[in-house]
Amino acid sequence: MSGRAKHYLGSISFPVLSILGALILGGIIITAMGYDAAFAYRNLWGGAFGNMHAFSETLIQTTPLLFTAVSYSIAYKCGLINLGAEGQLHMGAMFGAFVGARFAFLPGGLHIVFVLLCGFAGGALWGFIVGALRMRFGASELITTIMLNYVALELLSFAVTNQPFRDMTPGAAPRMNVVIESVRLPILLPQTRLHLGLFFALLAIVVYYIFMWKTTKGYEMRVAGLNPNAGRYAGMNIGTNGVLAITLAGGVAGLGGIVNVIGLQPFLTEGFSNNFGFSGIAVALLGGCHPIGILVSGIFFGALNAGGIRMQLMAQVPAAAIMIIQGMIIVFAVSRELFIYFGLAGKSIFKRSQKAGGARDA
Amino acid sequence: MLEFAINFLAATIRTATPLLIASLGLVFSERAGIVNIGTEGIMLSGALLGCIGSLMFTSSLMGAIFAAAGGALLGLVFAFFTVTLRSSQVVVGFSMNIFAMGLTVTLNRLILNGVRVTAYPSFAIPGLSRIPLAGNALFNWPLLVYFALLMVPVSWFVLYRTNTGLKVRAVGDHPKACDTVGINVFKIRYGTIVFSGIMSGLAGSFISMGQLSLFVENMVAGGGFMALAVVVFGNYSPGSVLAASLLFGASDALKFRLLMTPAGIYYQFMNMLPYVITIMALCFFARKSNKPAFSAVPYRKD
Repeated sequence: MSGRAKHYLGSISFPVLSILGALILGGIIITAMGYDAAFAYRNLWGGAFGNMHAFSETLIQTTPLLFTAVSYSIAYKCGLINLGAEGQLHMGAMFGAFVGARFAFLPGGLHIVFVLLCGFAGGALWGFIVGALRMRFGASELITTIMLNYVALELLSFAVTNQPFRDMTPGAAPRMNVVIESVRLPILLPQTRLHLGLFFALLAIVVYYIFMWKTTKGYEMRVAGLNPNAGRYAGMNIGTNGVLAITLAGGVAGLGGIVNVIGLQPFLTEGFSNNFGFSGIAVALLGGCHPIGILVSGIFFGALNAGGIRMQLMAQVPAAAIMIIQGMIIVFAVSRELFIYFGLAGKSIFKRSQKAGGARDA
Repeated sequence: MLEFAINFLAATIRTATPLLIASLGLVFSERAGIVNIGTEGIMLSGALLGCIGSLMFTSSLMGAIFAAAGGALLGLVFAFFTVTLRSSQVVVGFSMNIFAMGLTVTLNRLILNGVRVTAYPSFAIPGLSRIPLAGNALFNWPLLVYFALLMVPVSWFVLYRTNTGLKVRAVGDHPKACDTVGINVFKIRYGTIVFSGIMSGLAGSFISMGQLSLFVENMVAGGGFMALAVVVFGNYSPGSVLAASLLFGASDALKFRLLMTPAGIYYQFMNMLPYVITIMALCFFARKSNKPAFSAVPYRKD
């Protein structure tokens, strides 16, 4: 086998092994809790890939995950850890939904662009705060991103219950104003809910690839991530690149939020995000922040989300059990040494037993 | 006015306690060069396991043991992946949070479902608790509160006046040098991580059983991350960590007081208070610090 093929095989086999390992361990945990794991997994599969409708639901779940995964990857390539996609997604959804319910005089196409821009701006603002605080005060983005997530959730909670953001239609549950019909994204597949947002998500991955690997700015960011000192020596401004990276990252996550609103439900409610921010990080980590990797693992995690709903319905296993599996997948995926460790341990045990056997023979 | 001040102080101590317990544990692991953002998940598991233990044996002591054991176990897992396998501490911690979130929700629906369990009983300090007005509010606490306060000088002593503490501090600042002089870097890091896991588990159990006596999904609500911020804000040393926890506790207490005023209709902004204060504290205290030189860097023995 050629070296290149071997390299590709290696980079695919580890994620696949991680998924298998996590599914098996997850099955054991689900069984230990007294559920029928085989039945649960059958429903998980059926809910994700069982038929065209199920698969469209998988892709619907995949859409925001691709955005948040790209968001994590942009920051990661520049050496920053963005744990704030959840908050940035909320901010983007809020900004976009606010504009989407107003400015009815704008022509449809232009209005959609405006709404998307505002969604981007909302997320970008949340990212920029993190970047600025880090550059100015050295505040760790690990904690500021998480704290801003909570702040964004509270802001949304405020927006859905207070004027002028709240939908004042009598009898309406707490939610923001319904976006105008002409802003809504067209459906891709008839008889499903699959919307044009998926196309935008794929576009985001392509732009991510071109920006990171084909532009000077992207190159500078990758240098900052790999070796900041080398970048500094070459005259690059590591600090501003970091701020730019996390601002862009926030913007992309914000896009994911607003796309989900104008594509799926035409109004914004609390809890509209099915943990998209955090699952997106998982997608990026399993996909190794590689464009193709993000796409494939995005579909996989989308399938887990979509199938988890059916699993809860049919096998009564709470959909949250999916998070147990997700957590393990990420740990295994980033712990390649795990396989080496157990490989070696296995080998040494094997050797010892052989030696023992040999000694007995003698 | 006096009554208000006393109640405010009491509320501050109550909300500061879990932060203090968790961050005292984190002082050790952080000093040894470990950043464990999985603390949130460990606290959440501690909150759940405490309730389960307390429910099964109708004894809050068993709850505490369950919480501590769960914390230790999760700490061991974290240590195995980050110290032995040298995986990214941030990623392992992050996924531990997701794992714990899923596990606690699932187990909660399976076992607890909001059932009330035996809470931590209060113990009045003889004499002091008889002081009129203030006595009962300020000197009548569950044991964990006294434990947390006692651990402040104990941690300080261990960290700065014992051989073990010296090793812990040295391992974070220069693991290679430590290895050269025969200090087992892995052992020190495993030890501090497990210790911090136990403390985080106990802290979590105080959240569910300290005042309430039930588990609520995601009830830690960022407390683990705040504990990490408290350690940075408290400059990685026990005394300042106590002050930092009290400040954070005060911001939480302030939140609850503000909720009762007419401005309470904008409760969402009050709820933001602890998070915003965390960010501000990080900004103003991130620079001058005892942060170990090899923070979050895995040690490779070669």
